[in-house]
Amino acid sequence: MASLELKGVRKAFGSTPILDDVSLSLESREFIAFLGPSGSGKSTLLRIIAGLETADAGEVWLEGRRIDTLPPGQRDIAMVFQHYALYPHMSARENMAFGLRNAKVPSDEIDRRVMDAAGVLEITPLLDRKPAEMSGGQRQRVAIGRALVKQPKLFLLDEPLSNLDAALRLRTRVELAQLKQKVDASVIMVTHDQAEAMTLADRIVVMNDRRIQQVGAPMEIYSRPANTFVAQFVGSPAMTLIQVKLSDGHGAAQVKLGDGSVVQTTIPRDTLPSGDLRLGLRPEGVRVADGAATTRAKVELVERLGERALVYARLADGQPITAEDSAYSRLAIGDEVGLAIDGAAAHLFGLDGTGHHGTAAA
Amino acid sequence: MTAQRDWRGLLFVAPFLALYSLILVFPLLRGLWLSFNQVDLFGAGHFVGFGNYSRLLHDPVFGTSLVNTFEVTLMIVPVLTVISLLLALALNRAGKGAAILRGIFFASAVLSVTIVTLIWRFMLAPDAGLLGEAWKALGWEPLPFLSDPHLVLPALAITTIWWSVGFPMLLFLAGLQQIPEDMYEAAALDNASGWTTFWRITVPALRRTLILVIMLQTAAQLQLFGQSQLLTAGGPSGASRTAVLFLFESAFGRWELGYASAAAEILFLIILAVTLTQYWATSRSEAGHGR
Repeated sequence: MASLELKGVRKAFGSTPILDDVSLSLESREFIAFLGPSGSGKSTLLRIIAGLETADAGEVWLEGRRIDTLPPGQRDIAMVFQHYALYPHMSARENMAFGLRNAKVPSDEIDRRVMDAAGVLEITPLLDRKPAEMSGGQRQRVAIGRALVKQPKLFLLDEPLSNLDAALRLRTRVELAQLKQKVDASVIMVTHDQAEAMTLADRIVVMNDRRIQQVGAPMEIYSRPANTFVAQFVGSPAMTLIQVKLSDGHGAAQVKLGDGSVVQTTIPRDTLPSGDLRLGLRPEGVRVADGAATTRAKVELVERLGERALVYARLADGQPITAEDSAYSRLAIGDEVGLAIDGAAAHLFGLDGTGHHGTAAA
Repeated sequence: MTAQRDWRGLLFVAPFLALYSLILVFPLLRGLWLSFNQVDLFGAGHFVGFGNYSRLLHDPVFGTSLVNTFEVTLMIVPVLTVISLLLALALNRAGKGAAILRGIFFASAVLSVTIVTLIWRFMLAPDAGLLGEAWKALGWEPLPFLSDPHLVLPALAITTIWWSVGFPMLLFLAGLQQIPEDMYEAAALDNASGWTTFWRITVPALRRTLILVIMLQTAAQLQLFGQSQLLTAGGPSGASRTAVLFLFESAFGRWELGYASAAAEILFLIILAVTLTQYWATSRSEAGHGR
């Protein structure tokens, strides 16, 4: 049975539309990430699921029960807020017990659940401290603990790692992944950080401009982006998009760059729309090569990342392209280089932005 | 930092210090000195030691005025605190209506005490006042608020509450705006009722404002003067004479400046003691709270 189901959810603030006909279905015990830039509506969608905002239209179902008509506290949902929202005058223990007290859970049961959660999160020594006496990381653990003790059917995490420093963020990311294994519930995490979404989520929901752009497993999102937005938003650096012309022929599509050089893709020609196309290339699909070069470009910047180097260059017709070179690249700005484009890893996008992918990019 | 620099720094605060000494420190010490002398407005007085103080302790008029002051303060402060908190809770929202009402409820605070007592004289007068008419409409005998010794202090309290409600309301509004919205959202997800949210989230967050309002209002109402002088002149038969009205009458009615100064020193010590007790009590409970 589906865990959470969204059916045609719409929301506008005044005359500004925020969400436009959003539908989504979560598997049981699935970890989903809502990924998108600021203003894409992902936080609003999370708040509609939690009951902190009301949808203008549409329904929210959780395990066969319609919940969008219920108050937030009766939805079987727990949320970890971006700024934790711990009650400042209560100790960690009281913070975690507050919701259970309101739900009239017997006090020995409350104690047991709080101690269990504190043990899992390693915050037992902090239980009698107030939020002001804790570090940011400790506060976040208490906030997660407050959600855990409720034993909800669905966890909502609003940008859970954004307030932590880089080292703690990496550690907490691992811990969140481990925690996910221990709880018998689905999790939705809102984030604008694609690395977080890629490492934690079973499936990613990419949102932009009021709509869901694509739903898929992390590598599917990366290797088969549904449109140019997903292609450029996911992956760092962003995918290069180059204007190309479709050559005549049958079978796999062949495209022509501005300087006339040809890239042979594995994308079936008959699935493609007519008219102009854009060729999508990730840096790992474009190698700096002297021998069998597909085309030539002029180097504008070399970014040495340690394990590899990224070469930002310009094609003869002025279009930018990003290529990969070995870590010990000797290229310098202004150099003319040959680029070998791996046609099997290439993507094509129609005028409307829809993506088409080859057989290799599975 | 050199000693020379310290002196130059002093130059910057010198104008303030001079003014401060002239209009605050000097009168304070002068008042203390006066309280040990028998002195009127004309001619030099003579030193009487604690004479004024021992006379005050045996003066039933002064004793009654102190009791009146405490009674009226006890009537005003709790009610004023609760009403201003309720107003702040009701008006803590965006929108034109709430903004206009906030302005209206604060408006009474900008009136002078003369206007306030004038208004309330009309309100409280038994034969033609608004309250009297309301009483009559309900079929009751109008209450003689300003001439019954048992009703005059409540009348003073009502007048004062109406006049003073604006500022504490503003303090509470400021306190309410400091509470982050996600605290209430977390409480909603924690299934807290409106009542639980108020007592467990709002009130603890307003604790400091609450203490501030109570301390400020207590110190202010212990010095209640204008309403009592203008509404009833302390009457009937001293039933509404407050401590400050007593020292005003001693100083500028009977010209006993030393005696009035001694009364002022005693009132000062009482206010200091009350304030320090409140401070001690709240900081002690805060320590217990933080444990």
